[in-house]
Amino acid sequence: MRLLVFIALKHLLARKRQSLVSLMGIILGVAFFLGISSIMQGSEEDFIKRLVDNSPHITISDEYREPRIQPAEKVYQNSLVSIRNVTPLTETRGLRGYEKILNELRSTPGLLASPVLAGQGIITYAGQEKAITLSGMIPEEIDAVSTIRNYMVEGSLDRLFGNPDGILIGINLAKDLSLSLNDMIAVVAPSGDVKHFKILGIFKTGRGGYDRGQGFIHLKRAQTLFNKPNRINSILVKLDDPQLALSMSKDIENVIGYKAESWQEQSADLMNTLVIRNIIMYSVVSAVLIVAAFGIYNVISTVVMEKHRDIAILKSIGFQSEDIRRIFLIQGVLLGIAGNMVGIPMGIAMIKALSQIKFKPPGSSDIVYMPVSWGWEQFMIAASFALCASVLAAYLPARKGAQLMPVDVLRGGS
Amino acid sequence: MNASPVILRTENLVRTLTTEALPVTLIRGASVDIRTHEFTAIKGPSGSGKSSLLYLLGLLDAPTSGRIFIDDFDITDYNQKRTAQIRLEQMGFVFQFHFLLPEFSSVENVMMPMRRLGKLNDREIRKRAIEKLDRLGLADHLDKLPSQLSGGQRQRVAIARALANDPRMIFADEPTGNLDSESSKTVQGILKDLAHQDGCAVVAVTHDPEFAKNCDRIITVVDGQIVS
Ligand SMILES: Nc1ncnc2c1ncn2[C@@H]1O[C@H](COP(=O)(O)OP(=O)(O)OP(=O)(O)O)[C@@H](O)[C@H]1O
Ligand SMILES: [Mg+2]
Repeated sequence: MRLLVFIALKHLLARKRQSLVSLMGIILGVAFFLGISSIMQGSEEDFIKRLVDNSPHITISDEYREPRIQPAEKVYQNSLVSIRNVTPLTETRGLRGYEKILNELRSTPGLLASPVLAGQGIITYAGQEKAITLSGMIPEEIDAVSTIRNYMVEGSLDRLFGNPDGILIGINLAKDLSLSLNDMIAVVAPSGDVKHFKILGIFKTGRGGYDRGQGFIHLKRAQTLFNKPNRINSILVKLDDPQLALSMSKDIENVIGYKAESWQEQSADLMNTLVIRNIIMYSVVSAVLIVAAFGIYNVISTVVMEKHRDIAILKSIGFQSEDIRRIFLIQGVLLGIAGNMVGIPMGIAMIKALSQIKFKPPGSSDIVYMPVSWGWEQFMIAASFALCASVLAAYLPARKGAQLMPVDVLRGGS
Repeated sequence: MNASPVILRTENLVRTLTTEALPVTLIRGASVDIRTHEFTAIKGPSGSGKSSLLYLLGLLDAPTSGRIFIDDFDITDYNQKRTAQIRLEQMGFVFQFHFLLPEFSSVENVMMPMRRLGKLNDREIRKRAIEKLDRLGLADHLDKLPSQLSGGQRQRVAIARALANDPRMIFADEPTGNLDSESSKTVQGILKDLAHQDGCAVVAVTHDPEFAKNCDRIITVVDGQIVS
């Protein structure tokens, strides 16, 4: 084997320029793979982090996944009963016995939960009207389940604490209605009730719809405004480990019966988009490596063609077809290894360079670094893909070389 | 001389090439005995099939029909792996156009069959390769590449390589074909010594009547058949 490696190496070194060109293909392929995949992965992680940070990990709402079983179906089990046009009972909706549920949730380690009563309200100010979603929350618990504090641009979340008539609104709404801090606004509930609130804080999340249509008030005020005393319609849950959300939400749902949605479930379409994005990225980068593989195929084919005489000599000396095949396969392996040895450091350099790039995302005022992320899997994929491509590319010419009979050359050549 | 044993024997060898046009029969029924200690020449007009016969004897080509025996073993149906092993251990080849591996120095070329055989360590292999080259008067050209050698020198390196694994049979196809008469004499002398001193079976294709006279036995090929 050592002898075969020695011969293979000599063959490659004898045509340095060609070998280098094909090597460049693999090097660039590996480096680009690492560079691009690190941005893709980095931005994906960044995106998911934002998603996870800015939304509750589990939302328990006052709905059921399955429609409730009708009493008639209970009575006449296994019979041909068909119930149609069921009109739901008019009732005060909301999570029943939420205090008990909350207490149960709060006794779970690694979990924070806070109740919300959300409803629609119309803000009127200086003759203008805007419909917004009002989330009634316990101000002291907002930090546990929301990151809204980080987005406050005027006033503060703390001012809401001892002030039951306070409200936090988004910057777009403030602009639309020319509102400023400490202004009083009137909110009309669907029932027609009117309550007055004082603007204690203005937030700017960067999400236009949210900044225009969302407000935060005290839970107790919301309960009176919407005429739902002691009711809430959702519980927001944050977990220490967001990855547990999916399984945890199932457990919660099984115990309490109400629908519990994890962040993964809520943003399923976004997650799908990420998967598609990854597929596209990997195909593009694979294409680079496949092109590199053609380069290797080219060099090794040329070597095999130019080495007909040498193959004949080696075979006449007593080398077997298998030895010849190995000599050329080893050339592919050598090119693959060399490509990795240069391509991986180059890829690392590229990742480092990318992580230094600063830019200003549209709709944001802060300058951020390009999010990059890398792990050993990425290096494994790049290295093994490059190696496999090199070996596969060498395989066909190697087989052809191995099949060559010494007489074919001797008859033609002498 | 006839007392020396037959090492290679063929019975009625036929070799037909299937080309796109008509099939061409290169060898039509060749039966020969090759003995150790004997320097055998193959001669005949150009295109008569001398090289073709040599390739069959050296197991570089397979006959269309007929049998080949080595030490009375029928090896006709051996696969490429086993014939390669026989060539490696028992045969040495010298071709007209001194087929050396261009990327390897003289000594590396001679080491190649020994390294493939793998019976000795690298140091011993190198030592033996130098001995072989020394015997052929190439002690000063060990580390030169083939392109840095003259035609006669290259031919001698090729002979040294043929001798690497101490073969029992040596096959040469016009080994002196493009050498001057001086180098030609040297090469003939070496081949003769290999037969008479080392006891090899040496078979050489030649056009040169002087060369043929030097041999113990002459096989004449005409139109693919052995006539004497
Ligand atoms: N690939 C081939 N296709 C068809 N015919 C071939 C082929 N190779 C050789 N021949 C024919 O086979 C015959 C024998 O060729 P061979 O090389 O054995 O002759 P030779 O006696 O060695 O000739 P020379 O003295 O010129 O070397 C020749 O007539 C040649 O034309
Ligand atoms: Mg010939």
